[in-house]
Amino acid sequence: MRLVAAFGAVAAGLIALVAVLAQAADGRVPLPKPAKATAGTQCVEPAAEMRRNHMVHLEHQRDETLREGIRGKKHSLRDCVSCHAAPDPKAGGQATARPFCDACHAYAAVTIDCFGCHATKPEAGRAR
Amino acid sequence: MNGAADPARRDFLARLGGAAATLALAPGLTLMAGPAEAKASGGRRWGLLIDLTRCASGCEGCVKACGEENGWAGAGRPATDAQWIRKVTVKDRKSGASAGLPVLCQHCAEPPCVDVCPTGASFKRADGVVLVDKHICIGCRYCMMACPFGARSFVHEDVTDQKPHAPRGKGTVESCTLCVHRIDKGGQPACVEACAKEGGAMIFGDLNDPQGALGKALARGLAARLRPDLALGQGVLYRGL
Amino acid sequence: MARAAVFAELRAGRPGAVGIGLALGAVVLLGLIAAHAMETEGHVITGMTNRVVWGMPHVFAIFLIVAASGALNVASMASVFGREAYKPLSRLSGVLALALLLGGLAVLVLDLGRPDRLIVAMTHFNFRSIFAWNIFLYTGFVAVVGAYLVIMMSPRWAARVKTAGTVAFLWRLILTTGTGSIFGFLLARPAYDSAILAPLFIALSLVFGQAAFLLVLLGLARFDGRPVGDQLVTRLARLLGLLAAVALYFTALQHLTALYAPARAESARFVLVEGGIYTLLFWGHVLIGGVAPMVLAWHPAYAGRRGPAILAAALALIGGMVQIYVIVIGGQVQPLPLFPGLIVEGGVLDGGVAPYAPSLPEFGLGLGGVALALLGVALAARFLPLLPLRLADD
Repeated sequence: MRLVAAFGAVAAGLIALVAVLAQAADGRVPLPKPAKATAGTQCVEPAAEMRRNHMVHLEHQRDETLREGIRGKKHSLRDCVSCHAAPDPKAGGQATARPFCDACHAYAAVTIDCFGCHATKPEAGRAR
Repeated sequence: MNGAADPARRDFLARLGGAAATLALAPGLTLMAGPAEAKASGGRRWGLLIDLTRCASGCEGCVKACGEENGWAGAGRPATDAQWIRKVTVKDRKSGASAGLPVLCQHCAEPPCVDVCPTGASFKRADGVVLVDKHICIGCRYCMMACPFGARSFVHEDVTDQKPHAPRGKGTVESCTLCVHRIDKGGQPACVEACAKEGGAMIFGDLNDPQGALGKALARGLAARLRPDLALGQGVLYRGL
Repeated sequence: MARAAVFAELRAGRPGAVGIGLALGAVVLLGLIAAHAMETEGHVITGMTNRVVWGMPHVFAIFLIVAASGALNVASMASVFGREAYKPLSRLSGVLALALLLGGLAVLVLDLGRPDRLIVAMTHFNFRSIFAWNIFLYTGFVAVVGAYLVIMMSPRWAARVKTAGTVAFLWRLILTTGTGSIFGFLLARPAYDSAILAPLFIALSLVFGQAAFLLVLLGLARFDGRPVGDQLVTRLARLLGLLAAVALYFTALQHLTALYAPARAESARFVLVEGGIYTLLFWGHVLIGGVAPMVLAWHPAYAGRRGPAILAAALALIGGMVQIYVIVIGGQVQPLPLFPGLIVEGGVLDGGVAPYAPSLPEFGLGLGGVALALLGVALAARFLPLLPLRLADD
């Protein structure tokens, strides 16, 4: 019983410590600054909506495209890449979507699965 | 007031149910795009007719075109490199007579690969094209065990510089997509387009349309399927087998 | 008038305990390293190709999973069929079954192209796929055997043991049918595509499970200095010999039937005569994994002696691994019969037997699974009262 109580106390202490550290961290890690999209363009949704829900739109769109063959709708990933591609030092300066996507995803520590399969570079002649 | 349900309450519940159903259907209503937009419809069945009398034995036009179009042209490791379409030579033991043919995903009506996929990643579209949903493919390769034609490939290493219209990545399984990115916009698969410049052996079209190019070509003479004994109902037919 | 068995954990501080634990842990770690390498570099670092898509890890995984199902046999004989002599062994039987299954599943999951998508596999199901059913059968097995063990080990639920045992028994018959049907349902390959694979796998499970149980029982008992009677050992071995005969029967039937149909005869001849290394391995496992255990278990010259019994179990396991290798790999290296009766030539994908050589990462991953299973049993025996204190002949 005492062993259980001891474990509980240590665990609670660790959680408290992490909470304190997390609070203190605010302001020390700079907020992400994603690369700017192609000049003169407007995103298909307002920025606030995209920040919250881009993954929902993409997931919905991918099933429509893949399973029903509906292409060219406004939430197409290819079109996102066309506008949001920016010079990528990891790609030798070529424009890819990574500098844009990675900025926030690195901050939020959420792995992006898309670009294992999807092209990061926009196609020639497709930029809006 | 114990026996019959209170009519006012019943009415309220019905309205609530109706509202809930509408809310549930509302996203679905936008999903159900009109006929002009929904590409994979049940009325069409895409297919290929390959005329082996016009398929030249040394020609690899379809293979090269597919590799370039979809970005799988090899890394120099043939055992593990992807191969969505390949040329095969078939020979009679006694007479030595032989024929060449391209072998690719047969887009079966009863695909064994779709049956065995544990997650449902391997699926058949309403228009008959058999595809891999690489978002949910876990890379178990059971579909590769199940395919009688060896049509599927597993991606054994990292892929870079994918074609935007043909996403492909390590750890998932892939095969001929019948160039859905082209045919959904009214085009032809890359192999058919390339073949038209060489022997003109391949015809693409709607198996369900007797007036279309494919329908008319099929009406001219009996075409066969590979392994007819398996009764898979493939969408790829061969003439001159 | 049997004395009630007294169960106890393995004693602390036994010589070699830490060493064995560390060694097994090291092999498990190697397995994890191999899996990580496969996930980051891709399967190109293994010997698997587009022709042989299931390699050494699958051989290990299927062996472990099949053995897991059969390891429960001793408990089933006690609870379901009322064989009193095996009652004290039921707990170990259940734990061994769980440990072997988890070891096999670990290898299977880590060999996936996208093991990070395990959640997807657990939430998206295509119920036409026997593979999807197997996911339910395997996880259900863990739950069913877990409940069975709890009931076995709780005096106040003693009346429920038979029910729990029967559920577990039926569950593992269905599970092994499912495992065999993974191959049996494949119409594409003449080496598979047969209903006999399901009962063959059930027979194999009984052999592997019985052999594994015998060796693990003796290993743990010897480690802790507990006596195990010769009579018990030879009785387990005699049952093993009988089960090996049943497995041989199904193997023979599988190939004889295939020989009878011209369309499948070529595939049967490949295994039996023309397959080079695969033919060697086939007859090897027939002799080592089938005939030898039968002789060692039943020949009057070896009656009552535990040495031959132990050898019979070891040979049955080795022969079993080889048989799974011949089934899994031997079935894939054969060319697909695109045109039965004609010669097919082409690139790597067509014409001729596919080359396959297992690679180091594959062995690493497979052995890691075995070590995980053994470590699991060892830890369970150390901290739970699994083994009776005395198994000497009365």
